[in-house]
Amino acid sequence: MYICRSLLTKSNQYYLFMSLKIVVLAKQVPDTRNVGKDAMKADGTVNRGALPAIFNPEDLNALEMALTIKDKVPGTEIIILTMGPSRAAEIIRESIYRGADRGYLITDRKFAGSDTLATSYAISMAVKKANPDIVIAGRQAIDGDTAQVGPQVAEKLNWPQITYAEEVISVNSSTIVIKRRLERGVETVECKTPVLITVHSSAPECRARNASRMMTYKHARTATELQEEVRDYTELYNQRPYLELEEWNVETINADTNCLGLSGSPTKVKKIDNVVLQQKDSMVLTDSDKDVELLMVNLISSHVVG
Amino acid sequence: MANFYTDNDALNFHLNHPLMEKIVRLKEDDFKEAKKYDQAPLDYEDAIDTYDKVLEIVGDICGNIIGPNAESVDQDGPQLVNNEVIYAAGTKHNIDALTQSGLFGMSLPRKYDGLNLPMVPYVMAAELVSRADGGFANIWGLQDCAETLHEFADEEIMQEFLPRINKGETMAMDLTEPDAGSDLQAVQLKASFDEKSNRWLLNGVKRFITNGDADISLVLARSEEGTQDGRGLSLFVFDRKDGGMKVRRIENKMGIKGSPTCELVFKNAPSKLVGDRKLGLIKYVMSLMNSARLGVGAQSVGIADAAYREALKYAYEREQFGKAIIKFPAVYEMLTSMRVRLEASRSLLYETCRYVDIYKALSHISTQRPLTPEERNEMKYYQRTADGFTPLLKLFSSEYCNQITYDAIQIHGGTGFMKDFPVERLYRDARITSIYEGTSQLQVVAAIRAVINGSYLKRIREMEAVKVKPELEGIKRQLVELTARYELAVKSVTELNDGEILDFHARRLVEMAGYIIMTYLLVNDSMRDDKFEDSARVFLNIAVSKFNEAESYIQNFDIEDLALYKKESFESKTE
Repeated sequence: MYICRSLLTKSNQYYLFMSLKIVVLAKQVPDTRNVGKDAMKADGTVNRGALPAIFNPEDLNALEMALTIKDKVPGTEIIILTMGPSRAAEIIRESIYRGADRGYLITDRKFAGSDTLATSYAISMAVKKANPDIVIAGRQAIDGDTAQVGPQVAEKLNWPQITYAEEVISVNSSTIVIKRRLERGVETVECKTPVLITVHSSAPECRARNASRMMTYKHARTATELQEEVRDYTELYNQRPYLELEEWNVETINADTNCLGLSGSPTKVKKIDNVVLQQKDSMVLTDSDKDVELLMVNLISSHVVG
Repeated sequence: MANFYTDNDALNFHLNHPLMEKIVRLKEDDFKEAKKYDQAPLDYEDAIDTYDKVLEIVGDICGNIIGPNAESVDQDGPQLVNNEVIYAAGTKHNIDALTQSGLFGMSLPRKYDGLNLPMVPYVMAAELVSRADGGFANIWGLQDCAETLHEFADEEIMQEFLPRINKGETMAMDLTEPDAGSDLQAVQLKASFDEKSNRWLLNGVKRFITNGDADISLVLARSEEGTQDGRGLSLFVFDRKDGGMKVRRIENKMGIKGSPTCELVFKNAPSKLVGDRKLGLIKYVMSLMNSARLGVGAQSVGIADAAYREALKYAYEREQFGKAIIKFPAVYEMLTSMRVRLEASRSLLYETCRYVDIYKALSHISTQRPLTPEERNEMKYYQRTADGFTPLLKLFSSEYCNQITYDAIQIHGGTGFMKDFPVERLYRDARITSIYEGTSQLQVVAAIRAVINGSYLKRIREMEAVKVKPELEGIKRQLVELTARYELAVKSVTELNDGEILDFHARRLVEMAGYIIMTYLLVNDSMRDDKFEDSARVFLNIAVSKFNEAESYIQNFDIEDLALYKKESFESKTE
């Protein structure tokens, strides 16, 4: 926490200026919302090649929550942490276009095969290095749908966590008040920082990219991306060092390799069943009064309504 | 997550037109600003990539915010509270989103916090916003007025007003009055110089002012006492913060209901002179109107695109007689003809934008350094061509927009007549496009000059000289034949040396030229992408039949009959 007291000479009053450091956890995921036939491989895992890579939707809600805090508390710094292969750097650029200050790509071959436990460990080590006041993440990613990583990171950091967050009611240098979206209503909780928050999709959608920020940062690349770049960026990067996106590997975050990758992942996928909805599960109804009545009778008898 | 840019290949296709390289180089003055501004493109590829990314942002906001808000904005509309306009909640939301994304002041130079976009990508953004909400497109599109300040105002005014546009301040152009609509020379709002306060004061009434309660307004006013015509008018910039202007009423309109059309009363409203006195109408407003006409072109294409998509979707979903109605010739004929008219007007839109881009960029360069003789010729050539193409674009795109939204309702049948589907709103929104910023009839008055002075024919000949691939030879042969017949028709009317007959047939002659030009543009598009070949063929079918109709009217017209038409209109007036 960085707090400074500044004297406003005219009014001769003290104002408390605070600035927060927020880490947003974001993941690049295959777009599983509109899947075709080749979305799954024969072994039942996601065929990442066949689906476009997108910003995990609830992580965008998380970024918006961080940006809202920044709107309320000027001087707040928003750092994106994303774990993945080289192309996941796109998530950092996207976040910067939307208002994040900077980001780190956590990338290393040694992470390959990590389950949520190993992933949480790696992320918690990266969070320690970034040393924020608040961590905000999406509730879950649309590829695995586990909703485990956020809570596990909090556990490993030994921080309190607020899940299913929908709105920041208030925030100051030591506490945050959050409205949570629960199954049967809402709950407002207060918590001391540092805290980890996971955000629900009912939270406000993320603001769009800013054109001028996009123009400024579109050439931002990680060192790995630069090696594959056709354009010669040497001179440009000398003039604009801010364009270089930092990559963090196992050594940078001081992680124990035994806790990473396959060796750090107790989860083993034993079997995957495909659930195909059969026609018999559905009813075809017209808009006639008779059919509407039939539907209502069915819904009431199965206690869906009434 | 809908994106109106990425779901529309046509825009990227036009963005990558071969002429863009020249446009970008001129606009970016050989990429000198890259040293000064981190936002500036490094080279041509970088610039196109930037435009593409900007449009993707625009498409995102249009698909996910402005489009979904359109219905409530149409229903709620703006309110007049204490002589001020309060926008509908959706309108406010749209403005906030676009401001947050830095999409106001898109074509302004970087030193005024603009994005320095050429007309082509800027107009594409206007098309996208119009597809999302044609009414809102006015409020956003009035940032054009900033371009007029940039072109003609002095540095002090530019410093004061231009950086505010990027912050989301809105603009208006206050031209028309109760007795000065199409005839702006009759403007009476008075501007008098007050020696004491050393500023201009505005007094009078403006009517039918789009977004009249804007933060910054350009006001056409009579600064020369005792004058009666356009030469006594000057242009002023009025800052709402300075007070002296009240909104008396908001019109209750048929369409574009989200866009407040205001009656304004100025009472000793302080303002600043833009450029020189007496040039208000004859120079500045003429330039303003030209860009506003491009804007209506974009708006027309955008609304028509939205209507076509709705109709296509419905025709696939709606089943009658045991099959989707799109399977019936009567329906698929309509849809295809809607699509090709849309494509033709879009090609005409971006062709015109390219001409405007080149001459404006050269004209801007001429303020920095003397142009070479070739550059000067080029500037003149593109300006003249743009002057001919702009009214043609406004005429065709707005009339097509009306036809396409009409057909879109027809495809929906009785459902389309209900308020349940967006086509009903699109149809109402479309209606104004052929009226404001100069009616179709006034576009003909401007366009007929390009018929008479041979400017259209010159451009047609240039397009004729371009070699086409063998598959397109057939279309081209027909166009060459139509061109010969067009020349004959023009000759047959002009050799009568009768101004009234020329005016009587003017629209027909302008349209004949238009059909030839638009088909050529689709042929050009087919050269770069085979996909347009079918469109060129179908459009030619439409063009030929429309051309024949106009030609036959002219050929069979007995001059003596003119008296019948006159009698008709004069008598009905006295009734």
